[in-house]
Amino acid sequence: MNFARREPRWAVFFSVLVALIVQVMPLPDWLAVVRPSFLGLVIIYWGIFAPHAGGIFAPWIAGVALDVFKGDVLGQNALAIALMAYVTMTLHQRLRNQTLVQQSLFVCLMLYANEVVVWGIEGWSGHSVSSHWRWIQPMIGAMLWPFIAMLVGRTHSKN
Amino acid sequence: MAVFGSGSSRSLGGRGPSFGFRFFCYALLSVLLMFWDKRGGWLDTARYGLQAAVYPLQLAVNSPSAAWHWLEESFTTRETLQAEVDRLRGQLRDQQLITMRQAALAQENATLRGLNSLLPDVIEKRLIGEVISVEVSTLRQRLVVNRGGNNGVFKAQPVVTGTGVLGQVFRTGPFSSEIILITDAEHALPVQVLRSGVRTIALGTGRATSLELPYVPQNYDVVVGDVLVTSGLGRVFPFGLPVARVTKVERDPTQPLARIHAAPMAGIESDREVLFIWARANHPAAPATAAELAVEVPKQP
Repeated sequence: MNFARREPRWAVFFSVLVALIVQVMPLPDWLAVVRPSFLGLVIIYWGIFAPHAGGIFAPWIAGVALDVFKGDVLGQNALAIALMAYVTMTLHQRLRNQTLVQQSLFVCLMLYANEVVVWGIEGWSGHSVSSHWRWIQPMIGAMLWPFIAMLVGRTHSKN
Repeated sequence: MAVFGSGSSRSLGGRGPSFGFRFFCYALLSVLLMFWDKRGGWLDTARYGLQAAVYPLQLAVNSPSAAWHWLEESFTTRETLQAEVDRLRGQLRDQQLITMRQAALAQENATLRGLNSLLPDVIEKRLIGEVISVEVSTLRQRLVVNRGGNNGVFKAQPVVTGTGVLGQVFRTGPFSSEIILITDAEHALPVQVLRSGVRTIALGTGRATSLELPYVPQNYDVVVGDVLVTSGLGRVFPFGLPVARVTKVERDPTQPLARIHAAPMAGIESDREVLFIWARANHPAAPATAAELAVEVPKQP
């Protein structure tokens, strides 16, 4: 029993790493402005389907890495992503039984919350450089959710 | 690792701290990090180390585009290479023509200034760095370059390309550094109009092709096509490095200030190389120090 329920720690590690890389990959400008938070999507996925594999620790560390990467105030993305992970994990049992479309709505909401937190901290720390595009990104993320969920879902067996 | 939930504790509940408590801890840690980061101090050292930790990841992100550049270079045809060589030859000839009179001009300059000997160039040392293709943010004009503290790169060091000022070092890691471009919305650069000597400040706009000069009064002598050079004020850049060319001057008679835009001269070429420079101290063109910038206010009798 215990053996069958082994947590997909490696899958978490690699999917988060890949998401981080995709997040900072150079893209043409028109594509970069609509790039959603892939890291957020992957974190939400693991929050729903394996909340104990990475806990809140993995999302938080990934957030710190993103902060170092982007040169943002240290802790900014870490806080936003940890919050996202926390909310997802507390609701994971309900979310698991929803359809992908219903989950998409939740994902959209979470990504908006993420943007709002980051935006707020940017404003507080005086590094606010914003564009209207950032409010489009969560919607794109929600649209991509079914694909991301299926893709990441292949890395581990759901029991 | 039991704290973060091992396999056996799953869905049993009550084992280990709850999500809420753990989230609270991490949130508190994040907020503390933010405060420390804002205040500077020891976290700067930690960040220096963290930069080194993410460097391999940055290289991994860079590898597809690096591989592409390599492939492109390996498979260029002879004709393309020949054309490139011809172009570079022409460029070299032009440059030689310009530098031919350089020595004579320097001598002339020294005589005019009443100096006994020639001044050495203000740029004492240079270091070539290569841009790592990492998207820092679409909204910010930043670059990551593969030279860092181990190569002697320091914070607020001027960075130029062959054509003009690119930016300055914003943050260093051991092996890499982050550069803030002069076009970043958070960057301001003291400049001087080469022709008329008007001094002002060029602000970044967040767009790669445009700088803004918002503090020039209406009646000052700035026209389209003027070349802007660094003024040597601001304690970062030495005097006389080309910065930008004025592209638009709008004078609205109802406003006290003119609206001036300029296009930066520096650009990242296909070889993706930048130059870190060290300015010679005690040189007339060196960046002004704090003592030199201090203005003595005459006492009112």
